[in-house]
Amino acid sequence: MNTTRVDLRKVWVPGLLLIILVLLAALPVRRPGYTVILVGSILVYIVLTVSWVIFSGPTGYISLAPAAFFGVGMYASAVLGMALPLPVVICIGGLASSCLALAVGALTLRLRGIYFAIFTFGLVELIKHLLLWYEINMTGTRGRFVVLVDNNTIYYVMLAILVMTLLAAYLIRRSRYGLALQSIGQDEEAAVHAGINVTALKIVTFGISAVFVGAAGAIWATQLTYIDPYIAFNPLNSFMPVLMAIFGGVGQLYGPILGAAVLAYSREVLITEFPYYYMLLFGIMLVVAILYLPHGLVGLMQKLWLRVSGGQHANT
Amino acid sequence: MVTFLNVVIAGLLLGGLYALIAMGLSLQYGVARVLNISHGEFIMLGGLTTWTLYTAFDINPLVSLVIVGPTTFILGFIIHRTLFKRLLSSSTSPGIFESSSMLASFGLLFMIQNIASIAWGPEIRGYSYLAVPVHLAGAVFSANRLVTLGFATVIGLAFYLFVARTRLGKAIRAAAQDPATAGLMGVNINNVLALCFGFGAAMAGIAGMLISMCYPVHVVMGLEYTIIAIIVVVLGGLGSIPGSFIGGFVLGIIGSVVTYIDPGLSLVAYYLIFILLLLVRPTGIMGK
Repeated sequence: MNTTRVDLRKVWVPGLLLIILVLLAALPVRRPGYTVILVGSILVYIVLTVSWVIFSGPTGYISLAPAAFFGVGMYASAVLGMALPLPVVICIGGLASSCLALAVGALTLRLRGIYFAIFTFGLVELIKHLLLWYEINMTGTRGRFVVLVDNNTIYYVMLAILVMTLLAAYLIRRSRYGLALQSIGQDEEAAVHAGINVTALKIVTFGISAVFVGAAGAIWATQLTYIDPYIAFNPLNSFMPVLMAIFGGVGQLYGPILGAAVLAYSREVLITEFPYYYMLLFGIMLVVAILYLPHGLVGLMQKLWLRVSGGQHANT
Repeated sequence: MVTFLNVVIAGLLLGGLYALIAMGLSLQYGVARVLNISHGEFIMLGGLTTWTLYTAFDINPLVSLVIVGPTTFILGFIIHRTLFKRLLSSSTSPGIFESSSMLASFGLLFMIQNIASIAWGPEIRGYSYLAVPVHLAGAVFSANRLVTLGFATVIGLAFYLFVARTRLGKAIRAAAQDPATAGLMGVNINNVLALCFGFGAAMAGIAGMLISMCYPVHVVMGLEYTIIAIIVVVLGGLGSIPGSFIGGFVLGIIGSVVTYIDPGLSLVAYYLIFILLLLVRPTGIMGK
């Protein structure tokens, strides 16, 4: 019934992705300066959101840990940035975050949904306060400087991380592990009885999703040039991916990308246009998205498309 | 021996506040099923309102109880009737409602905090009220902390009696156990849930009023108290009001002991307790 549409997609989607990728790669050459930094920050949010969706999308476990992984990446970059070359630092940032995720996952993924959310949120604060305590009592200073990196390099590294994140998200989704994750989200008990090693699968996926966040944190820190525990472990970095994913719609892979791109851009605009009302507008968007867009922007678009196309696929 | 007593009594005084905050959250999460992350923002509203009433209109902080309590109650009631009721009716399962209402309460947090920062600005506010020394078993405490403990205990006991003895209290207990069946038995479930959310908000507001008598208050103080409330609620057992009451005092004493050893580590200690608790006994002290 849908064969024509599927065939069209087979040509369209990879072609469109390739065009977007080429355009993004050409950006620093054509429009250097502020645009590169702006698009770079949008890319960061897409990486955060998509890697959040890798784990939390299918399983339904709301993780508020991205800020912890992001912060660990940032600190890896601040501590090792002077001593080691950039690619190594980024890899270490990703691996360190992943190790943290594996440990946290092994400890907590047996917890029920809402406890997991609280726990991961508490984790961010725990690391922040431990680090603050350590910096004040042991080193006597607060914060660190990060080694400087050229803006275009940051941008290309970010683009590379984004491509890897998307690839990983796509491959996991397509594989039988993706299917298993989805069955965990639908009914964990049933998934256990179907022979899925639920705990191991959850922990490993959580670990994989953290790699990209840590790597993104490591490169993002070089743009900030100075970090302290409050900047690195800002809880907003945990909420933004959740909001962006829900806003875009977690049902499809392009939903979170769309949500992250739209919200990250409007965030930049809101911060510069309404610095005093930014949080208020952000909160209203969050509440409205939860109330009126249960399937996100993608759900809204599909609904509109159905209406425009005369409801031919209304029963599918 | 005297320092030990000192630390324990200080912990009890702190624990009274924690107990009050946690009971409010326990109502909102245990009955209304909303893990209200914006709980601390109601504390902040209560504290800053009391500060304004005291410094601008010269109203006694204890008198402002009759203003702060009802105001936060109405605010909480309206929020539940508009936002969370709609979410509840559109959610397909309790699990989905829990996660989406938690996210919605994050949105509320940002909104309330931003509105408050427009109204009050980022300054840290404080005033001095009842800061007279009281000698207690060889240790010295300021009178406002004792008043705080007294209020927290009275409100906690009164509310416990209300839930245990009255008809409406019975409806609340029924709604906590099984909202759908309670609704079938003639309990106006939307009203009861909104009432519980309002009571929770009012307790936060009153706690904010009490906090403002002892500590400085500012716009971003809320989240720390929210986290403490969550820890106490988990410690006491989700949905158990006596559990939250006891848990508050337990955490208060632990916090006071750790603060005595190293003040920088008290929040770290709370998180460690929380993490250990979730791993060892997620049902809490009074949980089933």
